[in-house]
Amino acid sequence: MIDKYQLRKDIWRVCFFIIVAVLVLIYVSPFLVMFFTSFKTNSDAFTIPVRLFPRKWVSENYPAAMSAIPYFRYMGNTIYITVLSVIGQLIVTPMVAYSLSKINWKGSKIISGLLMATMMIPISVTMVPLYRIYSKIGLTNTYVPLILPAFLGKAFYIIITRQFFMGIPNSLIEAAKIDGANEFQRYTRIALPLTKPIMTTVGIYAFLDAWSDYLMPMIFISRPEKYTLSLGLQQFMSEYSVDWARLMAAAMVFVLPVVICFAVFQKNFVRGVATSGLKA
Amino acid sequence: MATLKLTQKQRDFRNGLLFALPWIVGFLFLSVYPLIASLYYSFTEFNAVTTPRWVGLDNFKDVFSDPLVWKSLKNTLFMVFISTPVNLFVALLLATIVSRNFKLKGAVRTAFFLPSIIPMVAATMVWIWMFDPTYGYLNNVLSWFGIQGPAWLMDARYTKWALVLMGTWNVGTTMLVCMASLQEVPVSYYESAEIDGAGAVRRFFSITIPCIAHVLVYQAILGIINAFQYFQQVYIIVTANAGVKGGSAAGGPENSILMYPLYIFHNAFTYLKMGKASAMAWLLFIVVAILAVVMVKLTAKVTDSAGRE
Repeated sequence: MIDKYQLRKDIWRVCFFIIVAVLVLIYVSPFLVMFFTSFKTNSDAFTIPVRLFPRKWVSENYPAAMSAIPYFRYMGNTIYITVLSVIGQLIVTPMVAYSLSKINWKGSKIISGLLMATMMIPISVTMVPLYRIYSKIGLTNTYVPLILPAFLGKAFYIIITRQFFMGIPNSLIEAAKIDGANEFQRYTRIALPLTKPIMTTVGIYAFLDAWSDYLMPMIFISRPEKYTLSLGLQQFMSEYSVDWARLMAAAMVFVLPVVICFAVFQKNFVRGVATSGLKA
Repeated sequence: MATLKLTQKQRDFRNGLLFALPWIVGFLFLSVYPLIASLYYSFTEFNAVTTPRWVGLDNFKDVFSDPLVWKSLKNTLFMVFISTPVNLFVALLLATIVSRNFKLKGAVRTAFFLPSIIPMVAATMVWIWMFDPTYGYLNNVLSWFGIQGPAWLMDARYTKWALVLMGTWNVGTTMLVCMASLQEVPVSYYESAEIDGAGAVRRFFSITIPCIAHVLVYQAILGIINAFQYFQQVYIIVTANAGVKGGSAAGGPENSILMYPLYIFHNAFTYLKMGKASAMAWLLFIVVAILAVVMVKLTAKVTDSAGRE
């Protein structure tokens, strides 16, 4: 009689791997569909039976997609907004987080409590007043409504950075204080250099958020020459809704920077989410 | 010369305030002001250019008597009660898988997580293509098993189920949170249970679930809050299908995916009834605020009781 227990374990292991394989296949299939469709001719995409792989590989969809809409202009606009947003978040986030964790003042408790609350406010509530205010001072169709919030700090980033600061012993900062460094010096010379790992995480999230943002540009930008990639792609889709090969090529170029960013900074993603348990 | 000598406490207050100033400005301008303004607007009538005119409770009467409001609420509640639990279940399942030790674990985790950082427009676009009744992959894969797939986004009976399906592709962040909490369950619990002869299923329900209950509750309520605000994907779908035969820019086939926030958006920016939109938005805000309070109270309670055991 061979080990019955061992046999059961083996069967269980095989089942486990089959389940995992199927799930992985399901989760990557939209990527595969996007990738392979982008290299099909459009008539190939609309031929029954549908095949995953192109019957004939073509790359013409890429130049076609990028000339059908002002692709590089949209990309330029998106990069501009993204870079400024990331800079804003990287400046403001550690500042506010420092105030909430390393300076002993009344406001720190109150603000820490309010941070979470602000994350819950639905955009549907704030969008009408904000739209009205921005349009009154003539800032719709500019990038101010998209970039300014980055320079005013975002709750989620501040929360994870604050948590990071709490893990840094106060004695480091106290020591600098005894040496006569003022608050600003303590912040820039002692605290800030320590935040590199968490700032990487914040930077990546800020990049992804700004790069992918759809709702804010949709509300505040209506002139086509000011479109971001999100808006451009959306418009492309409603105009060429039958040319899926070309649409998938356009989507590929939009998605690629995100995938590259993930590949490079994989570890930082887990850190941000796992430490806070928050990210909506 | 009068040098201003501040006490340590005053200095701390000044510095703290200065460092937090950007956020305080943002809080007043991006949260407090819009909230108050929106409440005021909900009692007024105006479009994008006119000045708000006081109309009392007219907007609220309009909201409660508008059948589309109730329809959109029903659609949103579908997402709350179906999509949220499904997502949580899937996230937990995926998290259980990636917290085990096996070869290629990192690659598997990447496959599960990556979809959640894909730009929404691109992701939704791919799904619209996959949901195509004739040429989409989904129905073709189903046909291998002899199943005649529905028309998904074109058929009012299936549109919301398509959204549920699409949502399960996007549970990466919840999965990571669950994963982190699973790793905190002490291994010794499992070991002693195994010695006592508890099987894998038993161990899961008697050890894993109670140990991470507080995280699950928290994620469930967060999921509900998000479900109440769910609309960007739907907006992308309805505008994409607007050009397609049978499509409608308002709320999909038979308004079956007209979500409550989407209807707010349409009222504000398509029909320019900004007063009515504000009234709807404030009702939504009240619901979300109650849920947020419940979330904080409940998580505190669950964590508390877990700590006492």
